Amino acid sequence: MHATSHTGYAGHHDHDSHAHPTGWKRWVTTTNHKDIGSMYLWFSFVMFLVGGAMSLIIRAELFTPGLQYVSPEFYNQMLTLHALIMVFGAIMPAFVGFANWMIPMMIGASDMAFARMNNWSFWLLPPAAILLTASIFVPGGAAGTGWTLYPPLSIQMGMGMDMAIFAVHILGMSSIMGSINIITTILNMRTPGMTLMKMPLFCWTWLVTAFLLIASMPILAGAVTMLLTDRHFGTSFFAAAGGGDPVLFQHIFWFFGHPEVYIIALPAFGVVSHVIPAFSRKPLFGYVSMVYAIAAIGLISFFVWAHHMYVTGIPLTGQLYFMYATMLIAVPTGVKVFNWVTTMWRGSLTFETPMLFALGFLVLFTIGGLTGLVLAMTAVDIQLQDTYYVVAHFHYVMVAGALFSAYAGLYFWLPKWTGHMYNESIGKLHFWLSMIFFNIAFFPQHFLGLAGMPRRIPDYAQQFADFNVISGIGAFGFGFSQLLVLVVVFQTVRGGARAGSRPWDGAHGLEWTLPSPAPYHTFEDPPPFNQAEAHG
Amino acid sequence: MLCHAARHLAGEREKMARNSNNRDANSLRHGSAGLLIAGLLGLFSSAANADWALNLQEPVTAVARRVYALHSLLLWVIVAIFVGVFAVVTYSLFQHRKSKGHKAADFHDNTAVELIWTIVPALILVAIAFPATSALVDMRDTSEPDLTVKVTGYQWKWGYEYVTGDAAGIKYLSVLSTPRDQIENKAPKGEHYLLEVDRPLVVPVGKKVRILTTSNDVIHNWSVPAFAVKTDAVPGFLRDTWFRAEKEGTYRGQCSELCGKDHGFMPVVVEVVSEAKYAAWVAEQKQQMAAVAGDPNKVWTLDEMVALGEKVYTANCAACHQASGEGLPPAFPALNGSKIATGPKDAHLAIVLKGKAGTAMAAFGEQLSDTDIAAVVSYERNAWNNKLGEVIQPAEVKALRGK
Repeated sequence: MHATSHTGYAGHHDHDSHAHPTGWKRWVTTTNHKDIGSMYLWFSFVMFLVGGAMSLIIRAELFTPGLQYVSPEFYNQMLTLHALIMVFGAIMPAFVGFANWMIPMMIGASDMAFARMNNWSFWLLPPAAILLTASIFVPGGAAGTGWTLYPPLSIQMGMGMDMAIFAVHILGMSSIMGSINIITTILNMRTPGMTLMKMPLFCWTWLVTAFLLIASMPILAGAVTMLLTDRHFGTSFFAAAGGGDPVLFQHIFWFFGHPEVYIIALPAFGVVSHVIPAFSRKPLFGYVSMVYAIAAIGLISFFVWAHHMYVTGIPLTGQLYFMYATMLIAVPTGVKVFNWVTTMWRGSLTFETPMLFALGFLVLFTIGGLTGLVLAMTAVDIQLQDTYYVVAHFHYVMVAGALFSAYAGLYFWLPKWTGHMYNESIGKLHFWLSMIFFNIAFFPQHFLGLAGMPRRIPDYAQQFADFNVISGIGAFGFGFSQLLVLVVVFQTVRGGARAGSRPWDGAHGLEWTLPSPAPYHTFEDPPPFNQAEAHG
Repeated sequence: MLCHAARHLAGEREKMARNSNNRDANSLRHGSAGLLIAGLLGLFSSAANADWALNLQEPVTAVARRVYALHSLLLWVIVAIFVGVFAVVTYSLFQHRKSKGHKAADFHDNTAVELIWTIVPALILVAIAFPATSALVDMRDTSEPDLTVKVTGYQWKWGYEYVTGDAAGIKYLSVLSTPRDQIENKAPKGEHYLLEVDRPLVVPVGKKVRILTTSNDVIHNWSVPAFAVKTDAVPGFLRDTWFRAEKEGTYRGQCSELCGKDHGFMPVVVEVVSEAKYAAWVAEQKQQMAAVAGDPNKVWTLDEMVALGEKVYTANCAACHQASGEGLPPAFPALNGSKIATGPKDAHLAIVLKGKAGTAMAAFGEQLSDTDIAAVVSYERNAWNNKLGEVIQPAEVKALRGK
């Protein structure tokens, strides 16, 4: 999904004339935001398949009661790696890929601000991914603690745990560099006339996300470093016997972990805020309130962390504060949903694949948000904490929220990237299979959780058997449906109907003033910016 | 297969619910959950009967009932919001589509509307906050208990110790009693598969029971859904929670914090009995304890020790080191032919008593009696290929404890 044709853009041959590496050297040494964006997207898709395969091992084991295919230790390793790979390897890099491709084109910049650092932030990812996946094969296996890495369990693990810790360090460095790059690009390189309040909403969501990353990734790095020294250098930050406290880790982890939820969700909101107006042929409703809602969500996300810890024994006053603060997040989130709904109201709607995925996002993310409101109530959460209800809740937010939005963005921008239209029939088939199987896989998990099935168990009591069968069928259907994306992308990269510069008649923004495929170098001179392409 | 499992579904809790006068809660459960399904999925609405557990378990404490009611209230609120929002979306999807020739309007702001949909949800939240707060305050009030039990989490079993009341001093471990054959699919699974233990916690009906939780190794979580009780057991710290069960019966839960390999195999079972039965149970336990304490200076024969040791081994050691003694290396080393199990006996006793730092090997000195430790070490030194032929006496364990 990269643009290779850089001969068609007249007037800038002088820049291209010095030796441009080809073959693998091009990809290793590239400083081009489009190349790097493509690499991020391919990387994330590969990791998505790896993490997805792990989830199918989990669902196969859970298909019937009893231990069938894997040992409990391996099961724990699978659920840990599935989460770490999906969060850090698949979803986050996918949206960084979109940011790389789209932010310079949306704001009329020639590239990212720090082009060499951009290369480095991508190439840190493969070593981290190798550390994570290779940890399965070391003595003792991978970390089997869940992605939350709670001590003292994480202290007991073998060297797979150390590999996970180093992987997190490397991923954190990559994220921080990427964030600095995005903030600098957005703040300094917008074309004249594009004020912050006229900037495309995707850039706004990434601006806030990048600040969240810079604020929260060092905290995670600190937490896992403390784990490392507790494991090997005799400190006892998290060991009561040495004057530490295991729950301290949870506070630090979730002080990172909750903003992380919005690090994943905000760019997804950004993509949807472009797709829905385009296919409604109507400007986004409430741009200003959208911006304030994004900022509010970003800020509040730092003040709600202990709602993940209602059962750890935090005091009543703490539980009450975190309950109220968590409920507060529902207000700006509600504003965003209402704005999207009103954008469609009295529009002129069509339902191409990007719009279908955006609508799927809207329905499923709203369900995930509403069950989040249920979980915010401390007394109810105590019944549901660590059950499948929580698993269902965050998969509605993460898969249906982030993944569906990423697909909306992929189908939306694929014509711009490749110069070809994708196959609409396969796109629609991909959407409907994903939508149906996703709900078959995850909706029944609400009932399992309410009935009391704990999460992270390899075997379960028989009253949970029926819904687990249904969930397993859904998971396998969902997993295999995702291979259709490969078909669509390969087809589109290789050929298909020519896409015009503005393949969607309702789309606005500077990126649509460029030819399709977007030339290798774009906007070497700041483009003129007028109200027609403005979002505010 | 579906029908077979469905029969076991929600087992005796459901039976109890059907027989009790809690029919209101029951019909509410199926009504609201049925609506959710029909509205959002449309797949299972015909299956919304008692055999597909769709809602929280039948509450048997006042707190659990409040939680149940609070959840039901919230369920209706979110269903109403969902239906409201997506009624508008659905109308748009059908009326405002281009294929019907609908022309797009051009509005993009409306301060009044935006204020309304900021303030109204905020007011709804404030309204919900009142019942949510009072339920929580109630839940956390552990004052003035009738009896207190200390619950200790171990990898992977529970330890119960009665701290106050008639039963003070009674102390035992509670281990999964589902046979290994059922887990490995070599035997048909029983009615309470994975939710049964050798010795449940026994408490009197109608009494306020305060539970203190702690742990010996990693974080566990003691949870009984029917009581709306779920509290982490954190090593080195004490947490507390409480319940007052209103109905006699057996209530089942599971460890609810990932605690390693056998996290899924350490259920919580609480037996709520009448005052009279409870008194009888206490008397029986005290008698047994006196008998077990026995004569610390008794000299055991090798066969006696190995026979007792095999039982202790199965309950406490086999999960990791395996019945075959081959372990699950490298995390859980083999004992058959190992240096420790065939080397000097003091080193062997020391690791069993004190555990091994940085590994899952716990300090069993805190969990097992001198006799049990002598027995299990004797067993390990004589089982499999470790035919050392030596017997260890409880007095030797006692002598080592001080060191």
